[in-house]
Amino acid sequence: MKIKNLRITTAGAVLLAAGLVLAAQASASQSALAKGKKLAFDRKKGNCLACHQIEGGTQAGNIGPPLMNMKQRFPNKAKLRAQIWDARKRNPHTIMPPFGPHRILSDKEIDLVTDFIYNL
Amino acid sequence: MKKIATLLLSAGLVAMSAQAVPSPQEDLKHFRDYFQRKFPGLKLDELRNGINALDENHRMQWEAMEEFPPYEEFVDKGKALWEKPFKNGKSFADCFGKDPSKVRVKYPQWDAKKKRVVTLELAINECRKANGEKPFKWKKGPIAWVSAYLGYMARGQKIHVVIPNDPDALKAYEHGKHFFYAKRGQLNLSCADCHVKYAGRRIRGNLLSPALGHVTHFPVFRGKWANKSKDGDGLGTLHRRYGGCNKQQRARPFKAQSKVYRDLEFFHQYMSNGMTINAPSYRE
Ligand code: HEC
Ligand code: HEC
Repeated sequence: MKIKNLRITTAGAVLLAAGLVLAAQASASQSALAKGKKLAFDRKKGNCLACHQIEGGTQAGNIGPPLMNMKQRFPNKAKLRAQIWDARKRNPHTIMPPFGPHRILSDKEIDLVTDFIYNL
Repeated sequence: MKKIATLLLSAGLVAMSAQAVPSPQEDLKHFRDYFQRKFPGLKLDELRNGINALDENHRMQWEAMEEFPPYEEFVDKGKALWEKPFKNGKSFADCFGKDPSKVRVKYPQWDAKKKRVVTLELAINECRKANGEKPFKWKKGPIAWVSAYLGYMARGQKIHVVIPNDPDALKAYEHGKHFFYAKRGQLNLSCADCHVKYAGRRIRGNLLSPALGHVTHFPVFRGKWANKSKDGDGLGTLHRRYGGCNKQQRARPFKAQSKVYRDLEFFHQYMSNGMTINAPSYRE
């Protein structure tokens, strides 16, 4: 009985621990999304709001299309990242700054912004 | 046969070079047509009012400011400087002629001898130096007061930049034009991106003015500049504004009155030929 009890507790602890890990993962991606959002809105970083309307952003410009339903428009996330990395690939005369090649954002920052935009 | 080939070739070359480099007159026509098509409801001269021509809220704020113009006292200071004799007994009138209303329209002008563009501000300081006076600082203060006074006296006259048919003058013009259309800075933006292609749109909170008519009200009086100064003097020259807009591209600004900015001004002012001078004017 004692042993059985112990087993149950161990199993419970394992389950609990697994649950904690899952929760930790979920909150990590929440905070990554928050980081991406901050980078996208920051005037000194992405400043995407200068040209695009984005949910939750204020004083947005209207030079580029509003960024919404992005999974429909960019089912392939790599293509979305490529657009943010260097918009000149799709349109050589674009006004959208080449965030990657001109080092306006780092690789890591572009990943974070891409995640945030992809989830809009 | 050879003769005909050469003839065809040279005819082709002539046609090609004529196509490759449109004349300033052709540029001006395209520039105007473009904006008149973009803003069909606005008369040519209305476009010079920039964002105030495009947005009712800005227009109301602007009209209220113009009722008690904050630039008036600085225009008066410019008048006083214009009238005050130099130490040698001469004055600005000895350089520019007696009538202060006839000065603004002559600038910028091509100086064929020195092969360079002379702006009004450059001429003001060269006049001072020639008379043994210390030159003014380039972007604000006394130089902007005198320039604003001369612009104010010329209100109602039309911008009239002459680009002589001289290869060096055309080179300066082309240089300025190229600068205007070239992508620049970390953000890779051109003047034309913001003030031609997307004129009338909003970039973050700011409405973008059309480049057509930009120069008619310079030196401009900006609320932002007035707030930054100790005595509420918001006047600044065109080259001060160029520096600010270069920074918006995250590019290093050039010196006021450098060759680059003078050439840019040559092109930029020429594009407003025929539009009515309204200097100085209030902007945010
Ligand atoms: C100075 C203006 C400007 C800025 C700043 C800007 N963009 Fe753009 N963007 C545009 C324009 C204009 C387009 C339309 C396509 C074109 O003209 O190249 C565009 C297109 C896009 C597209 C493609 C949309 C579609 O449905 O095809 C995405 C995605 C995008 N931008 C994301 C971003 C992100 C993310 C940022 C910030 C990190 C950003 N943009 C910053 C101007 C801008
Ligand atoms: C990132 C966008 C951007 C770029 C690039 C840019 N400007 Fe501007 N410019 C602005 C904004 C915003 C204003 C203030 C609102 C307005 O009047 O357009 C302004 C204002 C001006 C004005 C004053 C307009 C007035 O009515 O008083 C002039 C002149 C001007 N810009 C010239 C230039 C020139 C020349 C260049 C290139 C060297 C340039 N700009 C590049 C955004 C830009």
